[in-house]
Amino acid sequence: MKSWLLGAERGFMLPVQASSVAPAVDALFKFIFWVSAFFFLLIVGLMLFFVVRFRRRPGYQKPTEAPSHNTFLEITWSVIPLVLVMIMGFWGFKVFLDLNTPPANAYEVQVTGQKWKWLFTYPNGHVDETLHVPVDQPVRLVMTSEDVIHSFFVPAFRVKRDVVPGRYTKLWFRATKVGTYPVFCAEYCGTGHSDMLTTVEVHEPGGFERWLEAASNLLNTLPPAEAGRRLYQTRGCAQCHSVDGTGGIGPTLKGLYGHPVVLRGGNRVTADENYIRESILEPMAKVVAGFDPVMPTYKGRLKDQEITALVAFLKTLASEDKGPAEQGRE
Amino acid sequence: MSVPVGNALHQDNYLTHGKGWKSWLFTLDHKRIGVMYLISILASFLLGGVFALLVRMELWTPQRTIMDANTYNQMFTLHGAAMIFLFIIPGIPAALGNFILPLMLGAKDVAFPRLNLLSYYLWVVGAVFALVSIITGAVDTGWTFYTPYSTTTNTSVISITFGVFILGFSSIFTGINFIVSIHKLRPPTMTWFKMPLFLWSLYGTALIQILATPVLGITLLLLLAERALGVGIFDPALGGDPVLFQHFFWFYSHPAVYIMILPAMGIISELVATFSHRHIFGYKFIAMSSIAIAVISFLVWGHHMFVSGQSNLANLIFSILTFLVAIPSAVKVFNWVATMYKGEVELATPMLYALAFLFLFGIGGLTGLFLGALATDVHLTDTYFVVAHFHYTMFGGTAIAFFGGLFYWWPKITGRMYREKWARMAAFLIFIGFNTAFLAQFIMGAQGMPRRYYNYLPEFAPYHKVSTIGAFVLAVGFVLAAATLLHSLYAGELAPANPWGAATLEWHTSSPPPHENFETQPVPGDPYDVDQWVYDAAAGGYVLAPAGASGGRA
Repeated sequence: MKSWLLGAERGFMLPVQASSVAPAVDALFKFIFWVSAFFFLLIVGLMLFFVVRFRRRPGYQKPTEAPSHNTFLEITWSVIPLVLVMIMGFWGFKVFLDLNTPPANAYEVQVTGQKWKWLFTYPNGHVDETLHVPVDQPVRLVMTSEDVIHSFFVPAFRVKRDVVPGRYTKLWFRATKVGTYPVFCAEYCGTGHSDMLTTVEVHEPGGFERWLEAASNLLNTLPPAEAGRRLYQTRGCAQCHSVDGTGGIGPTLKGLYGHPVVLRGGNRVTADENYIRESILEPMAKVVAGFDPVMPTYKGRLKDQEITALVAFLKTLASEDKGPAEQGRE
Repeated sequence: MSVPVGNALHQDNYLTHGKGWKSWLFTLDHKRIGVMYLISILASFLLGGVFALLVRMELWTPQRTIMDANTYNQMFTLHGAAMIFLFIIPGIPAALGNFILPLMLGAKDVAFPRLNLLSYYLWVVGAVFALVSIITGAVDTGWTFYTPYSTTTNTSVISITFGVFILGFSSIFTGINFIVSIHKLRPPTMTWFKMPLFLWSLYGTALIQILATPVLGITLLLLLAERALGVGIFDPALGGDPVLFQHFFWFYSHPAVYIMILPAMGIISELVATFSHRHIFGYKFIAMSSIAIAVISFLVWGHHMFVSGQSNLANLIFSILTFLVAIPSAVKVFNWVATMYKGEVELATPMLYALAFLFLFGIGGLTGLFLGALATDVHLTDTYFVVAHFHYTMFGGTAIAFFGGLFYWWPKITGRMYREKWARMAAFLIFIGFNTAFLAQFIMGAQGMPRRYYNYLPEFAPYHKVSTIGAFVLAVGFVLAAATLLHSLYAGELAPANPWGAATLEWHTSSPPPHENFETQPVPGDPYDVDQWVYDAAAGGYVLAPAGASGGRA
């Protein structure tokens, strides 16, 4: 934030440079900025000078001889800007080609945009809600949308590409700085558009492989409840269902397990294993009163073992729920 | 006080010619139609402005401030649709152009007065249709209606597009009227290059209106075919291509951007020449640049889709053409600045708006360079940088020129002078408020803040707060400007025929003009030969110098 005008830390008015193309994009940005600044100061400077010098005032008589046209001037102030903007145009195209042409050895990640989250599928089949990439290695994203047009935008990488239903669009980058950077949806997609955020985490050499190894083996390496918590975070449950009792698009999961639930139409059911399983696989079958039937089905997207892990996680929420509440009363 | 020479408020004029509401609603007088348009358009501006303030209030904090996400999305849709389709596109041609064009030609009316009235009523019907379908249908698509979001989530997109289509016909009729009027009603001695530059710009605008607007109609028919008959055109679920909609939409809406800015440029030409009290510099270059902009504007629509997956070659071509269209705009700016050289610059209210235009449109145009270049556009598109850029061109450019023109022709339209001091204060507040509201948006956009965000990351909060404060300063400026103009209607001094010393023909007749526009047919000369007008204290304005007398002020 500090000294954004000339600051090196965050770049020039721009965010931190964390990809291989960012310095080239920023160099062009800087060039256009200074050319624009020059012409702006020239125009406004001359304007103000003329206003002061030739303003109407007592005793001032405007010069009787004043030119009303000058072809040489007209050509000069057409040709010089023309040359400058052509430089900008072709320079912009050159950097764009680099930005748009992935190297052949790029690591490929599939990206799915949907209202309102991102899913990243790694070559080994692992699905995650945040993007993890190794530093200094080209990564190619093959992206599509399940519903409307989204746009994948990483300011720190200076890359953005629309994610369109019914076709694949591609984007590549080579991250150059280890760290975590925000990812935005940049194409308006409705109610949750501004919450369609995630992060890209750039790992140090070797770190990415370790992360992928651990993340892919959730069910084998972690106790079921902990694996369930990870699944809750990475498979999109957290977008709509809170675990702390606060409201959301869907009902909170805090204290849900084993407790009665009022459905649309007034029926009551107890939230046991079978109810939870059904609500994940067939969300429209029993809709909780006061909520819209908007949840997508997870049939085919969660394995039985994963649902079991999720149920185990919900059980921990049911028992934990007394703890903090009682503490609050004391 | 005595009635100054040239004021007609107490004589028969277009305002007193015919009484009662019928004489207005069924009028064929271009001046009355212009006034009706003016009132309707200002009402739309007020509406769009209120929506803008609500949007800015919501953005005061990174989370919910005053409304939920869906309401916010509807608010910015309403703001965009009202401002673009109801205010900026018709604003200058239909309101000011309608009033001024025949007067500038020395004509009694436009070529087709009935078509003119029909265009007004189509505007009213289209406006009501569009607003009602947005509100009842809770349309939250943004003013761009991108598919498949718009077609899969909301059925009202058909009715709102239909509303815009009706507005489009209103626009086409105005365009036809202006083109025919300029061709057929020009006095024989007014050759093309003796035409005021405002008319050149309206001519260029009319060309775009009649050629680009039909594309919007075609888009509507395709949308209908898809929804009613299930023909897959835009919806990928039916085998259509959602990006195709963007091509259709921008094939109209990008030229439409020049429907908005060209007439504004025409007004600035008039204001700068009049208040520099000097012949416009580079007349032919300004005139030809209007036509160049009109032609090139058809060929740049693809620059809205640099990240949509167009081929590299298409991107290159659209980028280069976009840069080309910058040149005629730059030529105009340089000529306006040169016009002040060795002039006698008078900082009257309209001139303040013209100077503000040069400053703001300068920023708007130059920041367009960042978006025209492919590599930087990838980062900046769909961020607040774009929001700031188009507000600097559309608001800092078109709207500021519109208000400059309104203050310039106000005495001619109403026969009253406004309080100069209040009007200047309002212009100053508008200028300060505007820059506060939108400069901050360039910075947060460059930092990566996406547009159309209801919630945002907390690091952007300071910029949003500054922007919201600016928006309210801007609003205060407009309230003061409105108060100034309303005050003048009942307490303003009577306006002389030519209060500013301008040389175009509308100043040859009394203020306000008679029903038939001119008592005696004016003889057009050089529209910028301002030296033939001298200030006459008894008249309170400028009068034609006696033949043979040398120019200049007494």
